[in-house]
Amino acid sequence: MADAGSYGDGTSNLPLAETKNEVKKPKKKKVLLMGKSGSGKSSMRSIIFSNYIARDTRRLGATIDIDLSHVKFLGNLTLNLWDCGGQEAFMENYLSQQRVHVFSNVGVLIYVFDIESRDVDRDLATYVSILSALLQYSPQARIYILIHKMDLVAPSLREAVYDERVRIVRQKTVEYANSIGYSAADQGAGAADPSGSVVLLEPLSASATTGGSGSSGSGSGVGAAAAATSASTPSSPLEITPFATSIWDQSLYKAWASIIHDLVPNLAAIERNLANLGVAIEAEELLLFERTSFLAVSSWTSEEGQRNPTEDRLERISNIMKHFKQSISRFTGTPRNAEQFVRMEHKAGSRFNLFILKFTTNTYLMVVLPPGEARFNAAMLNCQIAIEHFKFLDGPVTTAAPAHGVGG
Amino acid sequence: MSIFSRLRRSLSSPSQADDGAGAGISIDYALNIRGESPAKLTLQRVFEQSRQVVRNNKDATTPPEAPARPTTKGRPRLLLMGQRRSGKSSISSVVFHKLPPNETLFLESTARIQKDSMASFMDFQVWDFPGQIDIFENPNYDMDAIFGEIGALIWVIDAQDDYLEAVTRLNTTILHLQRSYPNINIEVFIHKVDGLSDDYKLDIQRDITIRIQDELSDHGFENAPVTFHLTSIYNHSIFEAFSKVIQKLIPQLGTLEAMLTNLCRTCRFEKAYLFDVLSKIYIATDSAAADMASYEICSDYIDVIIDITEVYGSWPRSDAQRRRIEGEPWNAKVDDQVACPWAESCMVLHDAGRPIMLREVDRYLALVAIMKEDSYDRMPLVNMNVEAVVQGLTEFFDITKPRK
Repeated sequence: MADAGSYGDGTSNLPLAETKNEVKKPKKKKVLLMGKSGSGKSSMRSIIFSNYIARDTRRLGATIDIDLSHVKFLGNLTLNLWDCGGQEAFMENYLSQQRVHVFSNVGVLIYVFDIESRDVDRDLATYVSILSALLQYSPQARIYILIHKMDLVAPSLREAVYDERVRIVRQKTVEYANSIGYSAADQGAGAADPSGSVVLLEPLSASATTGGSGSSGSGSGVGAAAAATSASTPSSPLEITPFATSIWDQSLYKAWASIIHDLVPNLAAIERNLANLGVAIEAEELLLFERTSFLAVSSWTSEEGQRNPTEDRLERISNIMKHFKQSISRFTGTPRNAEQFVRMEHKAGSRFNLFILKFTTNTYLMVVLPPGEARFNAAMLNCQIAIEHFKFLDGPVTTAAPAHGVGG
Repeated sequence: MSIFSRLRRSLSSPSQADDGAGAGISIDYALNIRGESPAKLTLQRVFEQSRQVVRNNKDATTPPEAPARPTTKGRPRLLLMGQRRSGKSSISSVVFHKLPPNETLFLESTARIQKDSMASFMDFQVWDFPGQIDIFENPNYDMDAIFGEIGALIWVIDAQDDYLEAVTRLNTTILHLQRSYPNINIEVFIHKVDGLSDDYKLDIQRDITIRIQDELSDHGFENAPVTFHLTSIYNHSIFEAFSKVIQKLIPQLGTLEAMLTNLCRTCRFEKAYLFDVLSKIYIATDSAAADMASYEICSDYIDVIIDITEVYGSWPRSDAQRRRIEGEPWNAKVDDQVACPWAESCMVLHDAGRPIMLREVDRYLALVAIMKEDSYDRMPLVNMNVEAVVQGLTEFFDITKPRK
């Protein structure tokens, strides 16, 4: 697939001007995975993208320097994942010699905090220096904070401990942002050279993507647009998105699914199509899973389905299926990352029906239906027909892809 | 009402008990909320029969004793015995209470006999004996009460420890039992073999077998009902061993196996298992050689179905929704729209297109089978055949039910 194409779409309302200014070849946006040594970065990466089970992560050694991996997601979204070893020597190196190399062109920073860490202040200091480098070279990057190893905290204390830690991190972030006079408005208003032209381009590209603005990098886009229209917008603090995670339960899938969810470029189109499909086949719920990681990329829930008391069902289903994929791989002797099954159907008498279908090349579709044999078979056929309309998820990105979404 | 909805309730109970009870888990699965399973009744009958035999034996020597003690509820009993720290409580927690294997590290040592009742397809009791007590030397124990109505004695030997003493004690126990209760099955679990190499495992098994058989033949017992199993709680071997133990307690096992074998031949299944869903023990399989891999995948598939059902099947749909799905264009009651009132499921593997199918038989049992490649297209036909077998099984349990 064409790199240039993916760049153009994946970051659709990011600056054409920037590419012009930087002369370099366009690159895929980086996803930086950082955090203190031993905080569990590589473990989570192998669980999410290499289908390790939690137990197996014990075998992982320390990451030396940076582990680069390209994870293909939904065809037109390729994650350029940089798993950065967290030992102090490496950290210093990133911040000094490799500063430009590491921190330029970053789409997302995922910073992992170990909840058990003894030296919280030091962790925060490192975090702030990473933050400073990030803001210097990639001010538009999104920041996700994972408070990891939550399983080590007693269940009754978890929420309090987590809230407290998030509060500290937020506070540090804001303090730092204020100290350098950072604000979303400033960022748009032309502190950096290329952003002048960004401001001009932004409203155009925003309208071109049908106002759905589900595209990645929309945060900065909206910020810039706002700055262009009203420069008096009060400076909003640097946004961070926190998650509590643990590799021993589904919380990890929740965090990663929402990170990925935010990165999927033509999300609005996907969701619209899913909703149409769902209504047409009278489904209760539709989930769209990415093939290898089995993360729920997108979902649609009917009014009835929203009454389901299980709030965390997306990540639970991911968890269940990922585990079973492991079992299949043991049974058939196929590699863990291989495609393990083609379809699954389950009819639970007069309570519900469900099937999971190999959908497009990179996705599985899970459909939950009310009971009824005829409805089930009809839905299965209809979903197979619908594959055509979701093909754009896989194809190399052309300008036709968003256009298709817009057209409905 | 189906197993998968009930199961959730029973599976959740151990964890609640864990929170409260702390030391030792003793859960009486709420018996009264369950109906009686035909298979369970069958089992009770077998058990009554064997008790009859025991009593007859005794009648010969002692004056007739009082009619059956009221305490006996006619459940087959599995006795877990062995040296201390050999893993008895871990086994019963993992198999019957679904405790994750790595959490068994925190189990405290058992101080007194721990009695658990398992309400499942077969309603049996598991008695966990503290290893430090030798019941044969302690006159306080009523032998009849313990061994009088036993299903099987499971002797656990720690293979990673020095097992000579365990073997000696096992020998004394067998000799005692052979004299007074000769029809007790003795099952030796050579346990904790997960870390050992295959060769070493077999060496140990051979060594223990020889030691015990020599001792028995020295005392004039040939062909004593002693069986050996290599087990570990960290894989499915413990479930497989329990399956074999329990299968021996089902007298009509042959009929069940014949039914499954027949099904496998007709539908060209690779392997079919009849599972007790709650404990993941299989009570029958077809005659093809059983291998661990197919057992594991079938057992894991049950887990998937349980988990998914918990997410989507555990909440009641609204009346509006019901009206909607019964209205235009279907115009039929939900029950009429459904082909099969029990759970029916299948998954097609990518590898050679082999489907795995699952079908609930009754509240406790499920039929799980691995099918031949590319037979998904014939699924409707297969479902019909499976339906016939399920009816057969239901009739079978009905017929073998004890008549009052």
